[in-house]
Amino acid sequence: MNLKSLKKAFPYTIPVLLGYLFLGSAFGILLSSKGYGPLWALIMSVTMYAGSGQFVAIGFLTSPFDLINAFVVTLMVNLRHLFYGLSLLERFKAAGKKRFYMMFSLTDETYSLLCGIKAPKEVDKHQFYCSIGFLDHIYWIISCVLGNIIGSTIPFNAKGIDFVMTALFMVIFLDQWKDSKTHIPQFVGIGISVLCLLLIGAENFLLPAMSLILICSGILKRRLEAKLA
Amino acid sequence: MTLPTHQALLIILVSAIATFLTRALPFFLFPPHKKTPTFILYLGKVLPFATIGMLLVYCLKDVSILTWSYGLPEAISLLAITAVHLWKRNILLSVGGGTLLYMFLVQVIF
Repeated sequence: MNLKSLKKAFPYTIPVLLGYLFLGSAFGILLSSKGYGPLWALIMSVTMYAGSGQFVAIGFLTSPFDLINAFVVTLMVNLRHLFYGLSLLERFKAAGKKRFYMMFSLTDETYSLLCGIKAPKEVDKHQFYCSIGFLDHIYWIISCVLGNIIGSTIPFNAKGIDFVMTALFMVIFLDQWKDSKTHIPQFVGIGISVLCLLLIGAENFLLPAMSLILICSGILKRRLEAKLA
Repeated sequence: MTLPTHQALLIILVSAIATFLTRALPFFLFPPHKKTPTFILYLGKVLPFATIGMLLVYCLKDVSILTWSYGLPEAISLLAITAVHLWKRNILLSVGGGTLLYMFLVQVIF
């Protein structure tokens, strides 16, 4: 990573900055209300760097010590990340040692940016991808720690600001829509997820949805392969 | 309750490892120096499209369409984002404007 790639990456990450300021500080406030100070917010945001994962971890930190439960539940909560890796195998292939940081920093938001944008020609693409993950990581750390320190004193009515992530995913979805020759994978993703949500409920729909998406993609392989090339 | 420092650190360590595993596993299973199976390569092309759709549904999973406010603030904001984005194609404008509209809707209207 260098200054040039960070500068190029910065404008793309502004929506994530806004979203993380909200989500991260919400996490920081909750953590401090459970008796864990800013140093804990720092350690967790640096090492875990996961929105839902960190919220769930607050539960482990406030109940009787159970390492196995923490491990298994965190795996389950973050299972959707498996798809991100599969999507980016080719893109990260030639990134050398940077790959490890790029894997580590694959949050929902970083992933969606990597899916939705192309690296500008003037910068090395791996530097650019890495810079996006790094900037997002920095925003996240600052927001978690800041929320932990000053969070509950903010007078501003932030209700609804968490919609910024939904808005970001919607925009990426639209860009993908315009850029692709076939919209079948998008229908599959939305359709199966909605179906599983309605049938199974908000708590547990993701794993069945992921399995069905894999199966459907397999069935549609011959039809889709030529169009996706 | 809070855990003793060493137990809390262990919990965080284990959670961090689990998180990293879910992100890194595909890269470890299919390393760059080995030939990736063609089916996995195909999944790599098709999944980004399906996954963003899934993520969108995941974000909206707690919206109740049968009780007040019937998912209206979400629907209105997403439609507005779609219109603005197809018109201007400016990520910041679409995301920022859509979020402000949503905040206005849930704070003032609904």
